[in-house]
Amino acid sequence: MFVSINQLNKQFLDKDEKPTTVLKDIDLQIEKGEFVSILGPSGCGKSTLLSIVAGLTEATSGDIIVDGTTVKKPGKDRGMVFQQAALFPWINVLENVMFPLKKEMAKEEAEAQAKKYLQMVQLGNYLNHYPHELSGGMQQRVAIARALAMNPETLLMDEPFGALDEQTRTRLHGQLEDIWLETKKTILFVTHSISESIKLSDRIIVMGTRPGIVLTDIKVDLPRPRDQHKEEMLAIEEKIMRYLKKEIDKVVSEELSHEASR
Amino acid sequence: MKPVVKRFIFIVVILGLWELGSRMGLWAELILPSPTNVAIALFDGIQNMTLIYDLVASFRRLAIGLVIALVIGTGIGVLIAKSKTADDTIGSMLLAFQSVPSIVWLPLAMMWFGLNDKAVIFVVVLGGTFVMALNVRTGIKNVSPLYIRAAQTMGSKGIDLFIRVVFPASIPYFVTGTRLAWAFAWRALIAGELLTTGPGLGYTLRYASDFGNMSLVIGVMIIIGVIGAIVDQLIFQRIEKSVARRWGL
Repeated sequence: MFVSINQLNKQFLDKDEKPTTVLKDIDLQIEKGEFVSILGPSGCGKSTLLSIVAGLTEATSGDIIVDGTTVKKPGKDRGMVFQQAALFPWINVLENVMFPLKKEMAKEEAEAQAKKYLQMVQLGNYLNHYPHELSGGMQQRVAIARALAMNPETLLMDEPFGALDEQTRTRLHGQLEDIWLETKKTILFVTHSISESIKLSDRIIVMGTRPGIVLTDIKVDLPRPRDQHKEEMLAIEEKIMRYLKKEIDKVVSEELSHEASR
Repeated sequence: MKPVVKRFIFIVVILGLWELGSRMGLWAELILPSPTNVAIALFDGIQNMTLIYDLVASFRRLAIGLVIALVIGTGIGVLIAKSKTADDTIGSMLLAFQSVPSIVWLPLAMMWFGLNDKAVIFVVVLGGTFVMALNVRTGIKNVSPLYIRAAQTMGSKGIDLFIRVVFPASIPYFVTGTRLAWAFAWRALIAGELLTTGPGLGYTLRYASDFGNMSLVIGVMIIIGVIGAIVDQLIFQRIEKSVARRWGL
């Protein structure tokens, strides 16, 4: 397996110093080149899981192996795209994409590589613009180009289109699908949108909340582009909804009983 | 009406009333000299080069003092932003120092350095250092964690992370710190010069006052005010605005 998550647990200390379990016994195997979505209601720990894979957050127990190496800290083999583009406002688009390349290659080479990926996200004409001059969707495309530019085997995406409007999001779905088909990256895509996960991924990991566990693992075996298979997509959506319904009911009843016990 | 026009008319009216009052003898020339006499005093001072020498001397002290203040202030700021112990000790003391006008150090400075340039420069340095340090500290502490996380996933860490991300991300605070350091240093400089030897704008102000030359006193006051306003509004506020815009603040 290319990415292997074994018996992963994560606990945080809450404000009374009591440990709260955010992720419980997560086991997940991902093959090279797979597009996997991690889907769940807010608070299920899906972003924390991705952050642990990125090496930005430490797990309480268990381990993650990516391409034969145990994850201990962040590394260039795992590119990350956040919900906010997180571009550096003091440098222009080209320099932002060149940021991860500065140390490992000559300037001309880095520039050529950065331009290549900016063209892939169709922003070849915006090299000298500064982040504040771009729309939210364009900023996010620069962020994707920046993550791709260091040529990671794995791309980690934490609700990358969550802050964008519907039309922009739909357009970026198409672009991301094309990029994935072209580069053959392994993608871990965190989202709370069921339709987004069905549209994009090979597999959907549905997570439950309190504590965060893997509820089910759904294979999406539909040809791409998937817009022509509305009915099959709808069937999968209903299936996922049934899983999530229980979770949402659980959250609601927990909140109500908490309210009553006060 | 444009603000510039309004401002111009306002100044003309003030000057007119002031001149009128002087001509009608509402107050003695020694109490408040007329605008024309102030203008003559200014013109004379510039023509015989005394005011020019004063300006050069004052700016030399200011430049030396401000540069030292910015360097030391940045150093202290980085230190207290990065070290909790330094922040708990030096950091809390800075606030106390910052609330004391730096001119109170002049008597001590004169004992240490003598009645000369160095004593004034010392007061200027103290005027700018603390406010710079406090702003640098705030800037570094307020760097968005998102930038740091993003840079970490791109393999940046340690000193590379500091130079390429933390430092540039806090530039808006550096600019504000520099502007405030200049403002404090400028005030400290004039106060210091009033109490020491010349040449210098503050020294000439006191000298003119000792000889009852109130026209020159007001002339020097105008120079001090105009320079302060120009540097603050035309230079620093513009830089601050364009930085804030680009940094998305």
